[in-house]
Amino acid sequence: MAIEIRPLEQFTIERLIPLHIGGVDVSYTNSAFLMTVAVLLITALLMLGTRKRALVPGRWQSVAEMSYEFVADMVETNVGHGGREFFPFVFTLFMFILFANFLGLIPYSYTVTSQIVVTFALAAVVFIGVTIVGIVRHGFHFLRLFVPQGVPAALLLLLVPIELLSYCIRPFTLSIRLFANMLAGHTMLAIFAGFAASIGLLGIFPLAINVLLVALEVLVAALQAYVFAILTCLYLSDAINLH
Amino acid sequence: MDLAAAKMIGAGLACIALVGAGIGIGNVFSALISSVARNPAAQGQVQPFAFLGFALAEATGLFGLAIAFLILFVF
Repeated sequence: MAIEIRPLEQFTIERLIPLHIGGVDVSYTNSAFLMTVAVLLITALLMLGTRKRALVPGRWQSVAEMSYEFVADMVETNVGHGGREFFPFVFTLFMFILFANFLGLIPYSYTVTSQIVVTFALAAVVFIGVTIVGIVRHGFHFLRLFVPQGVPAALLLLLVPIELLSYCIRPFTLSIRLFANMLAGHTMLAIFAGFAASIGLLGIFPLAINVLLVALEVLVAALQAYVFAILTCLYLSDAINLH
Repeated sequence: MDLAAAKMIGAGLACIALVGAGIGIGNVFSALISSVARNPAAQGQVQPFAFLGFALAEATGLFGLAIAFLILFVF
């Protein structure tokens, strides 16, 4: 009994509500649905959690306050005092990616962040935003970011293009990191589940591995949201403090 | 050599990227352990960086894995 393993089937986008406006396909898909769910859950957690404003927080309020403080602390330590005004942006990014990753771990649901379109859009917003912030804050001085200090002039000829290149590939590394983690993790889960289903009673071993892999994926889901947020903070810090 | 065989070989070669990821993750945690063993009080300060390093090192291996998946299932 050979079961065909189709590990990439879970990433197909389905149109839930087909919708075409002027030849452009703007259907409400399962991806959009999961994004809506993520946003609604975050809003519910933060609004309902802090509704009572108790001095001694309950469970929900604790979670809401802890996530707030976690990101506020991250922005404070990585960007410094000038980063306070960017806290809402980083917090939104962190919570959205965290919830999208966690929702994707529910069996038969869909991982929003496993599509490079989504992660690249997020990374492009970060990249363009950071560049604009840097130019507005420093004007032409912003270009000093690409010139390392205390380096002989002959070496600058080599170093400036490297710095420029490493700045320009930031949106790609940022988006591919998140996308590849989610894609590889979920594909691996599907492959091991396929093994477990296809070899009968012995399938208990791949199943055991799969349980461990799910634990790893929970860790990775939280960690990648953290990494995305902290790299955004570091990029912001570059633009605001110029090294 | 037909296309299917070449695909299999290519995917296998792409998985070599995991060697680097393994070395990287091992390095990160060995450095964490030795630094915490020298100065246990620093654990709280050092641990977030270790997990950041872990995630960054792991991602490089996953790039290779993603390429392997692309070769196998997309092309």
